Amino acid sequence: MNPPVNNTGVSLQVRGLRKSFGGQEVLRGVDLDVRPGEIFVIMGPSGSGKSVLLKHLIGLESPDAGEILINGESIESADIAAKYRMALVFQSGALLNSLTVGENVGLYLTEHRLKSPAEIERIVAEQLETVGLAEAVNKMPAELSGGMKKRAAIARALVIDPQLILYDEPTSELDPLSAVVIGDEILELKRKIHVTSVVVSHDRDLAFGVADRIAIIHEGRILTVGTPDEVKRFNDPLIQRFLHADFKRDPQSKTL
Amino acid sequence: MFQNIGEIVLLFWRTLCALPFAWRQRQKVFDQFFEIGNASLLMVCVLSFFIGAVIALQTGPVLVERGLASAVGGIVGISVAKELAPVMMAILIAGRIGSAMAAEIGSMRVYQEIDALRTMNINPIHYLVLPRVLAIAIALPLLVVFAILVGWFGGAVVAATNGRIGIPFQAFFDGLRDIVDLKDVANGLFKSFCFAVIIGAVSCHQGLVTIGGPRGIGRSVTKAVVNSIVLIVIFDYILTRFLLK
Ligand SMILES: Nc1ncnc2c1ncn2[C@@H]1O[C@H](COP(=O)(O)OP(=O)(O)OP(=O)(O)O)[C@@H](O)[C@H]1O
Ligand SMILES: [Mg+2]
Repeated sequence: MNPPVNNTGVSLQVRGLRKSFGGQEVLRGVDLDVRPGEIFVIMGPSGSGKSVLLKHLIGLESPDAGEILINGESIESADIAAKYRMALVFQSGALLNSLTVGENVGLYLTEHRLKSPAEIERIVAEQLETVGLAEAVNKMPAELSGGMKKRAAIARALVIDPQLILYDEPTSELDPLSAVVIGDEILELKRKIHVTSVVVSHDRDLAFGVADRIAIIHEGRILTVGTPDEVKRFNDPLIQRFLHADFKRDPQSKTL
Repeated sequence: MFQNIGEIVLLFWRTLCALPFAWRQRQKVFDQFFEIGNASLLMVCVLSFFIGAVIALQTGPVLVERGLASAVGGIVGISVAKELAPVMMAILIAGRIGSAMAAEIGSMRVYQEIDALRTMNINPIHYLVLPRVLAIAIALPLLVVFAILVGWFGGAVVAATNGRIGIPFQAFFDGLRDIVDLKDVANGLFKSFCFAVIIGAVSCHQGLVTIGGPRGIGRSVTKAVVNSIVLIVIFDYILTRFLLK
């Protein structure tokens, strides 16, 4: 249960991923290659399957077809969770409502008994400081605003010291200043511990600000993958409309 | 409701397999245990007092009329210890605690808290189900001990004070001691242990399979309570018939 501290990001491959719910095919053959240590942004309209894709990447959903490989190993192999540290920042935060913010952030360390209580307290304080929530450590999640919940969820993910971190719309409920802080933190993590990041976002400023590469997903298929410049220049009416025209952020649809 | 029995049994089996981790979760077991006690001790006492009282009231005058005054204590004693306390308390706890378990776990499910646990490699069975099932399996038999004692007391009070019965305290308990053994009480406690496991497993299972929003949670709560009660009554018969002759 005590994974070796290994500060390198993992590579991530997705091959022919398909998933249907009921009769509705949500993912229709997704292929992706995320390189170790890169920041990979996925953009796409609401309901295009981004959250579902992220859940597959961390093993919360099992694919109908296709496979997902972490450093070449199938995500479905038994010891994958013990071998690699992965974290998902949920679109809704998904903090445990019965625990305080501090307990939420420290939960991984407490449950797996990785550190002493005093040390956990120190780490929790440090991570909450990073996301600007130091004073909220003893609050309950119900007492937080949406953006504060999101930031606490990011702190909870960072505590895991992940090799792969998945963000589901990390800035969707944040003011521009906090969004920049989160963006900087995503970049900082890459620089400091070379974590591999997959960021799902509608936030074009964030996407073009942090991405090494961007993928555009539409109706369960990847339309294009490339560096921000390549994607900007990509000559496809759908993508150009999505990136430029009157793109407004979709209302926060729920992914329940 | 019966299509879920297989899943419930599976969940119960997984919970049994998680038992070696119980010591790690002891804090949560204690928390749940005290919550159950806090939420229900008073209600248990009130309910069982009146159950004992009404049995004495129903049987007392009939028996006394026929010169069987010495049997009143025994009848109240046996019926409370072997049947009424275990079943009624189990039904009370299904309504009071089973509903809370289903609601809590169901809302954790709906609001993706359980998914969040899984991404942190925390097993929801160890973290959520085991402490609850253990706590209720310990708490319910203890509550039933209370219920039996209070129920007897309620019967004795009515027997002594009701004009048509008029059996003094001492005589009531002498009669009771004549007929009721420790084995009868043990029977009742064993039943209540089984009922506790049923409530815990059914309610946690129902919580874990909750889908939809708040309405889904509401549906789960209702189902957890109703299914628990139906299973309690069925198992009451089965246990009585085959195990506790
Ligand atoms: N558990 C589920 N059961 C049934 N359908 C689901 C489930 N999860 C997602 N879907 C469906 O899959 C589709 C894609 O959902 P998803 O949450 O991935 O969208 P998204 O791209 O994340 O959108 P948004 O940007 O609004 O968050 C939606 O049509 C949704 O209804
Ligand atoms: Mg989404």
